[in-house]
Amino acid sequence: MTDATVLIVDDEVGFVDAVAKRLGKRNMTVFKAFNGDEAMTQLTKNPNIQVVILDMKMPIKDGLTVLQEIKDAYPLVEVIMLTGHATVPTAIEGIQHGAYDYLMKPCDFGELNAKILEAVALKQDHEAEAVDARVSDIAHRMA
Amino acid sequence: MSSEKNVSYNKLSRNIALTIIAVSLAPLILVGGLIFDQFRSIYHEKVYAHLAELVDKHKHEIDTFLKEKLSEIQYLNKVFTYDQLSDPVFIEKTLKGLRQQYGRIFVDLGVIDENGKQVAYAGPLDLLGADYSQAEWYTESRDKTTYISDVFMGLRRSPHFIITINNMEKTPWTLRASIDFLAFSSIVENIRIGETGRAYILNQDGVYQTTPLNNHTISLDPAKSSIVPAAVRGVTIREGLDENDETYITVSSPMKNGEWTLVYQQHYADAFSAMTRSESVTLLIFLLGGCAIVATAILISRKLVIRLQSMDVESELMSKQIVETGKLAAIGELAAGIAHEINNPVAIMIEEAGWVSDLLDDEKGQITAAPEIDRALRQVRTQGQRCKDITHKLLSFARQSDSRVTEISLPSLIEEVVDISMQQAKYAKVDFSLNFDPNLPKITASTTELQQVLLNLVNNSIQAMEPVGGVLSIICTTSHGSALILVEDTGPGIPAANLNRIFDPFFTTKPVGKGSGLGLSICFGIIHQMGGEIEVESTVGKGTRFTLRFPLPHPMNQEPSKEKLHD
Repeated sequence: MTDATVLIVDDEVGFVDAVAKRLGKRNMTVFKAFNGDEAMTQLTKNPNIQVVILDMKMPIKDGLTVLQEIKDAYPLVEVIMLTGHATVPTAIEGIQHGAYDYLMKPCDFGELNAKILEAVALKQDHEAEAVDARVSDIAHRMA
Repeated sequence: MSSEKNVSYNKLSRNIALTIIAVSLAPLILVGGLIFDQFRSIYHEKVYAHLAELVDKHKHEIDTFLKEKLSEIQYLNKVFTYDQLSDPVFIEKTLKGLRQQYGRIFVDLGVIDENGKQVAYAGPLDLLGADYSQAEWYTESRDKTTYISDVFMGLRRSPHFIITINNMEKTPWTLRASIDFLAFSSIVENIRIGETGRAYILNQDGVYQTTPLNNHTISLDPAKSSIVPAAVRGVTIREGLDENDETYITVSSPMKNGEWTLVYQQHYADAFSAMTRSESVTLLIFLLGGCAIVATAILISRKLVIRLQSMDVESELMSKQIVETGKLAAIGELAAGIAHEINNPVAIMIEEAGWVSDLLDDEKGQITAAPEIDRALRQVRTQGQRCKDITHKLLSFARQSDSRVTEISLPSLIEEVVDISMQQAKYAKVDFSLNFDPNLPKITASTTELQQVLLNLVNNSIQAMEPVGGVLSIICTTSHGSALILVEDTGPGIPAANLNRIFDPFFTTKPVGKGSGLGLSICFGIIHQMGGEIEVESTVGKGTRFTLRFPLPHPMNQEPSKEKLHD
């Protein structure tokens, strides 16, 4: 069991590779995607993905659109927005749409690490809540 | 270029002034001239009519006087006989009676026989037996019943004139009376108007019959002047020049059946003195009014053009400012684009370095150069971080390169500016001293513009202190309901002569090509647009202090915003 299952979405291949390698070394399962569509495919293929690191500025589909698609299809998956300075307002909008947090590029690796773990913990909480809710729902119905 | 402009401004000013003067003076002159002309001719007529009436009246008076005297003597002639009158006692009594009745007008009384010899005489002189047969008046009067002579000297050597009445009986005889010349003359001389108005009487040959002008003794020579009247009847008025080249008016009227002429003379200036006076008063008023109009026109046009000039300068400055702002915005956009593009490669470099150090951690034991590699990687990470800081600062400077008004926290804005200037300050050996009031409320202003202003002030201060270095202190506080930013340096200061010009556009003390002289004027424009104020104090050798004052929003609207953004 790894610490976290992460999907990195960025059009910068070099960046994705480097970050993936480093996160992999820190006991995380890392999936890579280089655009929004690939990200959705990866999410479908790997339902155990817990956290998505999503770049805001990508060709074809920008981060905000992808975020909305993810939140629609997988509401429990946490998303950390990755942004250049100029797209901070978009990132804030992203948070309003349910992203967990945002990080500024180039990001501090330690910070990224910590945020991923926090997000995972939050997701697990949410899942536990969801399970509890379902259990109590079932119990309620049985009663 | 500026002199060319000045010429055009001067031309404009002149044109405005001329137009005002022309429009206001032209009707004044026309109306004034018309009224003046009318007044003149009416006054002329009035004066002439007055003089004509005067002369006519006096002519009648004198004529009447002469007729009266004549009829008085005629009465004597009718009532008394030759025999009675030639009696010396009787004639003496008669003269006495005449004098009692009519005053001392009659000087003497005499009876002359057919041969021109005076046979009876009463009077002050001893003229009994005088022979008048050759006297001009006697020969002249021989064929007339009544006769009034011209003034002459006669036997008594003093001017007088004589009334004679001829009796055409079988032995003709003549009654004659002398009239006191002075008494007669005074009637005429009493006709006086003004200072120069005088009257006298001329006979047909132009000989004075009364004391002439400005002369108290009568000489019976013909008058030298050309005043010999031409008219036979009525009153004639003429204007002429006398020996002093002064215009005078001559009014003449024939009398005593055309034998004599009553002449009245008066200097033109004297006759029209009232008119001249009112004319000169009018002229004075006109001149003063004209001067006032001209002065006002010049003053108004000057003021107008000065106002126009300042408006032109303002608009010129404004357009310069717009160009400058546009340039700044373009540069900002470019910087933002570049910074953003640099972020990605820098991010990859940092991550790759991180990956190398991750790998190194596993192999530390086997590689002898591990500490050195570790150090190099750390250096790559540190420098990458610096790149990131720089691009972020650039971005934050370029962000919102418009004049949208937002709520700004002054301390963080100043810190950003200071961060940008830090490198320059380091080279100039300038230390920053920042002092912010922690309770400073936010102000509403345009971030970009305020950044521009502060950057300008900070850069100016740093440049001023450049070779020597010093302390640049920025204080941010509130006072009397406004936010204050003090930018104070320990530089060389600004000389008093330049101090009130530093906000002028294009004023610069920097060498040609180094400064546009626009920085502070743009600051001034921006601050004033915000409703704030900018002031400068400077002491040469001590330093310079710029004070920015911004109005704070009304306390009612001053909701301390709790949500703070990550940055």
